[in-house]
Parts: sequence; C-alpha cells; structure tokens
Amino acid sequence: MPESVTPLDGATCSGFVTIKDAGLAGMILLRADLGDTDVVSALQGAGFDLPDPAELVGELGNGALWMSPDELMILCAHDEAEAIVATLAEALSELHVLVANVSDARAVFRLSGNGSAVREVLAKLSPADLRQAALPPGRVRRTRLAQVPAAFWFASDDEAVLICFRSVAGYVLELLLKVATPGSEVGHF
Amino acid sequence: MLILTCPYCGVRCDETELAPGGEAHLKRFGPGSSDEEFEDYLFMRANPNGVHFERWRHVYGCGKWFHAARNTVTLEVYGTYSAQVHAPPQEIRDAVSNRVPGWHWKDES
Ligand SMILES: [Zn+2]
Repeated sequence: MPESVTPLDGATCSGFVTIKDAGLAGMILLRADLGDTDVVSALQGAGFDLPDPAELVGELGNGALWMSPDELMILCAHDEAEAIVATLAEALSELHVLVANVSDARAVFRLSGNGSAVREVLAKLSPADLRQAALPPGRVRRTRLAQVPAAFWFASDDEAVLICFRSVAGYVLELLLKVATPGSEVGHF
Repeated sequence: MLILTCPYCGVRCDETELAPGGEAHLKRFGPGSSDEEFEDYLFMRANPNGVHFERWRHVYGCGKWFHAARNTVTLEVYGTYSAQVHAPPQEIRDAVSNRVPGWHWKDES
C-alpha cells in the first residue's frame, strides 16, 4: 500500500498566528440515529462518548465531533481508523447506519499563538461568532471559510483545530496565511 | 444581513451559511390534478410585503432543512422551526401575532 501523506505535507507557516499541518489524523463519519441507545452503546464499545449537540468530546486523535443531529465525526489515530470502522460496522450491522473512513478526504490544520489573534484570523474568514463566550473550547462550529465549508473548534484558549475538505487544503492554507499577514491585525477580540 | 437560528443545531447562522428554499408550506399537486392546480404549484408564489414563511437549508453546517417566519419589510425574524410540519406551529403564529396585530395564518379566519 502506498504511504499516506497529508495534502499539506507537513507545512508550517507563520503570520501573526502559526498555521500548521496537523499531520495524519483518523476521521470516521458516522450517520445514525444518535438518540438510539444501541448506537450509543456501540460507540462506547469502540471507546467513544457521544458529544452534546454542537460540541466535541476528547480531541484530535481520540474523540468525537457532533456534526448534525444524525452525524458524528469520530477522531482517532490515522492507522486505527479501519479497525474502528470494522468494529462499529459490526456492532451496528442490524441498524440503518453509515460508517465510513474519511481520513484521507479531509485536511486538518492547527492554528496557534495568542488566543485573541487566533480568533481574529478565523473571524476574518467566516461569519461565525468567534467571541470566547460563543465558542469556548469544546464547542464545534461548522461554517464556511471564504468560499468553502470548514469546521473548527478551540482545543485550548490558544489553539484552534480546523478541518476542511482535502481538495481545498491549498486554498484554505493560502486564505489563512493571507489574513494572518503581520501588520494586518485588527485587535478586535 | 439576515441571521436565522438553525432549530437543529442551535447555531445562529448568517444568511451566507444558508441556502434559500423559497416559499414554505406549499402543497404538491402532481398526477391527477387539474392544469390550474399544477401550474399554481409549479409557478405561483407568494411575494408579500410583510410576514412571510420560507424554507432554508443549513448548507454550511448540519445540512438540514428548516422553516423560518420573518418579515420581508423589516427583516424581523419571528422564529425558526422544524421542517417536518405542514403549517407554522402555534408558538410561531403567536410570535407573529404579538408583533403584527390582526395577522392570521391563511387557513384561520
Ligand atoms: Zn443546523
């Protein structure tokens, strides 16, 4: 099997925040009735807790993101994704669900630096409410960055994690770099 | 700028995160209907100055369709609600009536 690489191939760029390729990450899409106790116990059997709406439990590499009322994105190690898909598919085989490994269909960035600066970089590109109270660590926001869909959350006060489709990874990197150009700080947050 | 709260994920969505779906609560007329009914269903749309009910899709988010009640003149939003209803629920009707005295839903007198 060919070696997996991320679309950004380890890029690290610095503006007034640091934008980094988060590296290979396991991402599994689960479409199911999240109110079904069988679904919740299958998830727990695979080692994952159900997040509340618009939130995440855990972190990149080990956790779950709430994507919609019937969709989760499970976060795991890149090389464990296939095994977890098999475990979940087996546990949920009697139910109407979809489990798919989408690890290589997405790109993941880490934005770090001063917390207010990270919020500002995202706010320049997206209509989301980036104030600390509206998007504290642990909450997930799916939105758009300029012209493409993206999801992001704050892993800590000073670091955001951002997921977009692999095909637009280069576009998103250039967007982020542009709005993080030193000298273009607005200082809103 | 229009801001609608998605009733499924609770996100306050900017208009640019949503896809418009046109007038809400249309009844489909298909095979077996008269030509007039079918024409009405396909082409005739309300375009009011004031209270209006629309379908929207949270396309840059959870992907779900929902309904919104708003005012096309003032841009006031009365509320958003589930897509799985044929008419505005009572709390939405009350919210509109409170702000627009004398307003009533089309099947009410
Ligand atoms: Zn939504």
